[in-house]
Amino acid sequence: MTPTLHHYLTVSAILFTIGVFGIFLNRKNVITILMSIELMLLAVNVNLVAFSAHHGDVLGQIFTFFVLTVAAAEAAIGLAIVVTFFRNRATINVEEIDQLKG
Amino acid sequence: MTKPAPILDMNLALMAPEILIGIVAMLLLLLGAWRSAETRRELVGGLALLTLATCLIILWKEGMHWPTSTFNNQYVVDPFSGFMKILMLLATLLPLMISWDYLQQHNLDTPEFFVLTLFALLGGMMMASSGDFISLYLGLELMSLSIYVLAASRRDNALSNEAGLKYFVLGSVASGLLLYGISLLYGVTGSTQFVEIQRFLAGEGLEHSRMVINLGVTLVLAGLSFKVAAAPFHMWAPDVYEGAPTPVTAFMAAMPKVAAFSAFYRVFVEAFAPMHAYWSNVFQLVALLSLAVGAIAAIAQSNLKRMLAYSSIGHVGYILIGLVAGGDMGHQGVLVYLTIYVFMNIGAFGLILMLNKEGIGDNIEDFKGLGHKRPMLALLMAIFMFSMAGIPPLAGFIGKLYIFMAAVKAGYLALAIAGVIFSAIGAFYYIRVVKVIYFDQPREEAFQMPVGAMGGVAVAVCAALVLVWGVFPASLTSTVILTVSTFR
Repeated sequence: MTPTLHHYLTVSAILFTIGVFGIFLNRKNVITILMSIELMLLAVNVNLVAFSAHHGDVLGQIFTFFVLTVAAAEAAIGLAIVVTFFRNRATINVEEIDQLKG
Repeated sequence: MTKPAPILDMNLALMAPEILIGIVAMLLLLLGAWRSAETRRELVGGLALLTLATCLIILWKEGMHWPTSTFNNQYVVDPFSGFMKILMLLATLLPLMISWDYLQQHNLDTPEFFVLTLFALLGGMMMASSGDFISLYLGLELMSLSIYVLAASRRDNALSNEAGLKYFVLGSVASGLLLYGISLLYGVTGSTQFVEIQRFLAGEGLEHSRMVINLGVTLVLAGLSFKVAAAPFHMWAPDVYEGAPTPVTAFMAAMPKVAAFSAFYRVFVEAFAPMHAYWSNVFQLVALLSLAVGAIAAIAQSNLKRMLAYSSIGHVGYILIGLVAGGDMGHQGVLVYLTIYVFMNIGAFGLILMLNKEGIGDNIEDFKGLGHKRPMLALLMAIFMFSMAGIPPLAGFIGKLYIFMAAVKAGYLALAIAGVIFSAIGAFYYIRVVKVIYFDQPREEAFQMPVGAMGGVAVAVCAALVLVWGVFPASLTSTVILTVSTFR
């Protein structure tokens, strides 16, 4: 059986859902959240490339490169913020990120 | 689908302000690393302000540019983008002027601060000119990533770090949703260009893909609503506004909202125009929720920055009513309200920032008796608060009036009534601030802070505009009407 567009879309939908749930159900560690964000963006990339192949134009693949680049920048900035947070609070436990509330 | 592209569609003159800002930002980064710490604020900050002023002059002259596009429709320049860019430039220039002294006192005047602000502005301006989901996404991320860092820029302060972290995580989720929506729409329509998507959605035979299109539109709506902090996507706003350094709060309460609303226009009013019936329903709900959250949750706040965060959620609700109503009147209402909102908010945050000092924090209680000790500053604060409450003859009233009139005219009577009710509820907490300022006794040592010349001028300009537009609304509306009349 050769994979069709639907298979790719299903995989991507599953990945995206795992990413979203990883962010909202995760109560432990901020690094897990960063990984979940990457997963969401990669699911989008799978979608874009699958559609691109389906339509037979390269636009989707070009978009994928942009998304990849931005995802790398986003990961770098996210980790940098996590490091400064850790320096001040000596923890990156999600449940302890609670000084701001009202 | 896509037409064969002309060989080289690159009219760089159309994007001169953006190119200037991009190049200056990169040069300032080098300059900041090269010069010694003493001269860097004067030099880097001064050059940043000079660049912004130059761009303002360029756009002022070219603002009413006839609709043109470059880079194969990736980049659109029209009166609407010109108007939004001028507004964004002012929303960057004024907070920088106001925070000039504050940045030095709090040791925030690093070159990076100015560079990141310029990059955020560049991203916002790209969003206003985007003609394609790719340029929209890149502009959005450039703006958001810069502001995540700015929010966390007070590195030794746990609250600032926490604000940056929260903003980053929730903002990334929002861009994920937006991107997934874009990818679905690309799958259905085969294009990421707004013009092509509009043409496709206006066509026939979409029944079998209706569900995917609706899902895509909804996800894009959710992702963009997050950026303007419309309820139910507002959870981050109070925390981030409170935790971020006040200059950053003043900046991000204004500029990103203008950018995100211009994205709303590009995406919903242009690309998704054939689906108005669908997305206007969702936006009605979002607008109602934002109004409710903005009016009710703000009452319980004791921190002024947090209260203003909720108030800005409410203001977004009003602007969304204008977007739902549509038509010339609705579009004019959105631009008028947005413009007025920017100056009211920058003025209010500017005053908080100027009075901020040891012992005087961001709490509403800290402003006790400002009226006795600094009558001029108290008067300005009262002007901004009354204007936000929508009390005539101040500009905030004109904005609300415009929006409600548009809603009634377009047949959204219930929305207009809800808006009036919530604005009455909201008036309570604005007037409470005025009461604290004028009728409570001051503490002995309070409000000794001198006001810097540049900051004073900037806040005075905001207050003057709020007054002038309130009394002579035509000075603003004539420009807005001209802008909207050339809307595609």
